Amino acid sequence: MDSLKNDTFVLSKAVMSPRILLSHKKIEIILNRLACQLIEKYNDFEEVVLVGLQPRGIHLLNRLVELLEKDYGIEKVINGKLDITFFRDDFRRFDKTLSPSSSEMELTIEGKSVVIIDDVLYTGRSIRAALTALDNYGRPNDIQLLVLIDRRFSRDLPIQPDYIGAQVDALEGDKVRVQWKDISKEDTVFIEKR
Amino acid sequence: MEQLSVNHLLGIKYLKEEDIQLIFKTADRFKEIINRPIKKVPSLRDITIANLFFENSTRTKLSFELAEKRLSADVINFSASQSSVKKGETLIDTVNNILAMKVDVVVMRHPNPGAALFLSKNVDACIINAGDGTHEHPSQALLDAYSIQEKLGDMRGKKIAIVGDILHSRVALSNIYALKMLGAEVKLCGPKSLIPKHIDSLGVNVSTDLMQTLKWCDAVNMLRVQNERMDLNYFPSTREYAQLYGLNLKKLESLKKDIILLHPGPINRGVEITSDVADSKNAIILDQVENGVAIRMAIIYLLVAKLNIPST
Repeated sequence: MDSLKNDTFVLSKAVMSPRILLSHKKIEIILNRLACQLIEKYNDFEEVVLVGLQPRGIHLLNRLVELLEKDYGIEKVINGKLDITFFRDDFRRFDKTLSPSSSEMELTIEGKSVVIIDDVLYTGRSIRAALTALDNYGRPNDIQLLVLIDRRFSRDLPIQPDYIGAQVDALEGDKVRVQWKDISKEDTVFIEKR
Repeated sequence: MEQLSVNHLLGIKYLKEEDIQLIFKTADRFKEIINRPIKKVPSLRDITIANLFFENSTRTKLSFELAEKRLSADVINFSASQSSVKKGETLIDTVNNILAMKVDVVVMRHPNPGAALFLSKNVDACIINAGDGTHEHPSQALLDAYSIQEKLGDMRGKKIAIVGDILHSRVALSNIYALKMLGAEVKLCGPKSLIPKHIDSLGVNVSTDLMQTLKWCDAVNMLRVQNERMDLNYFPSTREYAQLYGLNLKKLESLKKDIILLHPGPINRGVEITSDVADSKNAIILDQVENGVAIRMAIIYLLVAKLNIPST
């Protein structure tokens, strides 16, 4: 009876702890695939701007830029970091104040192809805010969306990604968390209960 | 995910150091935005703000109005000279009538000290004090400290002097609170008649020697002589004041070190500072004006963030 109790305890603990969705090896392969997909579409990257969303899309942006420039020999990948805090539609809907990050957008997107880069696509509201925020930097030729994780069937808005690292069917209460090796010990994607 | 500890901005006295740091951090982001080609964000598009000015103002009023518009708020303006206040309406009645038009935030300047505090207790809106008599002018103190910090870095241990008409200055009182809270040393300098008694109880040094004060400090805030508030003669003549407490290029150059020069405006050129000093590289008077918009955007943004939409 005691052993049964113990087993149940272990089992419930396993369910509660974060489950690994993607390991660092898998993420490495995915990053390379995403980089190749971008090269296939944009070739020399002259007319392309990659825009990472603050705060969490920046890590993915930096990794892709590094891969493209170092491993695939692209001369210059024009990129910027965009903060969308003041463009969000959920201001005053939280108990806490939304705190902004800095934007580093020393560029124009006039006539360029823009690729918005974020780690997890969930409701689509961040992307809507990003589209509004991008208006301030010019009229782009077209805008595409690249995400590491696409949480399917959870969108509030008609927004779909063009480049997807992996697709996940997570429950509404679950949280998909991406951890990057530049701030933690290795790249991993977790799924956990809130 | 921090937030302000207060629901109104009535004075620096009511803030904590973390509040000031949060306002500064948020202002950094807004400064980025107001230096972009398109200087506007849609954060406050569902908010209406009333600017009530019961006393004259150019800079503060324009700065607040610009900050509100850059945040996409709807703005209504009111100045006492063209209003029913002249017909004898009380402050609470005036403000409640304006609030009945569904206004969320009130920015008020009033000649009576404590007017903003009084209003915050009696009406249901977020109140921002844009100067109450000779009491406080918190947004000015925040933009002054922000501008100094931008030039000197961390304020801890920095030496800041405030020179001139301390007695009638709400800028001085708010500045003392803010600078002390951020860890700076503060020295006041001016003719004895314009320095309030017991001001040293706020933990500041007092001096009547301008040159000695200038040699001591890293930054100096030259206050305006507020002739409009002087009901009697506090010094023999403007000429004498300018000679003893006015800053000219000769005095500035004799220091043989660079100090930062602030002025809350409007400048009486030739009285508290001469034109060549006001336009010198030491002066950050125009930086103050630019930072004023960013600081006021941050104040309004952070206060409005606390006006949660009730979930129905």
